[in-house]
Amino acid sequence: MIEFSLLDLALFGLGGGVGAAARFMVDGEIRSRHRGGFPWGTVVVNVSGSFLIGVFSTLVATLTPLGVPAEVAHLVQYPLMVGLCGGYTTFSTSTVESVRLAQSGRLHLALGNTLGTLVATVLAAAAGIQVGIAVGAAVGGLSG
Amino acid sequence: MSARFSTGLPTTPEGTRRVTRPLHRDWRYVGLVALGGACGSVARVLVGGWATYLQVPLITLFPGTADAVLWFPLGTLLVNVLGAFALGYLLEALARRGRETVRRRKIRLGIGTGVLGGFTTYSALALDTQELLAAGVPWIALLYVVLTLAGGTAACLAGIALATRTDRRRRSL
Repeated sequence: MIEFSLLDLALFGLGGGVGAAARFMVDGEIRSRHRGGFPWGTVVVNVSGSFLIGVFSTLVATLTPLGVPAEVAHLVQYPLMVGLCGGYTTFSTSTVESVRLAQSGRLHLALGNTLGTLVATVLAAAAGIQVGIAVGAAVGGLSG
Repeated sequence: MSARFSTGLPTTPEGTRRVTRPLHRDWRYVGLVALGGACGSVARVLVGGWATYLQVPLITLFPGTADAVLWFPLGTLLVNVLGAFALGYLLEALARRGRETVRRRKIRLGIGTGVLGGFTTYSALALDTQELLAAGVPWIALLYVVLTLAGGTAACLAGIALATRTDRRRRSL
């Protein structure tokens, strides 16, 4: 069983609130430019958020060699990953949009949205991890 | 207002002034989504933490699969399926009520985009799948994404069906 302190929960809530607001604004901006019926806004949000969570997942490995205590590094990393990226990306909206595409008869777009988002987000997370490792190595090289 | 001066924008009981600015640039709605997202994210963390309790009976029932069960992101699967059901229900129920009033818009954005959007997550799904693949357990990764996508879609359809049934019952009364 995982125990959370009130500070943990407050930071997760803060990250989640900022993330959700960012999703609303990014999705709204993209939606107002593309009226084709395909939910590009949610796709862009989920792919960019998955890239970011990959980058943030390497944060402890980057910070601890710089002398940052592990507890402090985790206190930064988890709210960014679980709070910010978790609140920014959304599974429920993506699923509803796929179901709505299928209900309107555009089954190929529904399948494309479901499977395309999955493949693109997994690749984005992998790319984010690589970028995070590279940045960590560069920062470590500068300070070392 | 005569059709000659119609802006083509949806009207609200308060008049057209409110909708001249897109919703995502209106700080009141952005704040509402942020508040909902904060609540939804904390709920996701708590439900995800409680979900680890579910691993205990699974490991006891299938002792040989302890490693696989501990690898499995049960909490994220659970919140995503629950959230897909709830959002399917909410959006269908709101759509069936008719034209979007200010109150319904606040519910859609605060509860739907905010709470349920923040409750569910795609980034954890992507990162966990990537890590399961990198750890050399592709079958667990495949089981995870199939359960999430199929379970989420089925839950969303069930939510829509429930809202449809509730609405029919409401109208027949």
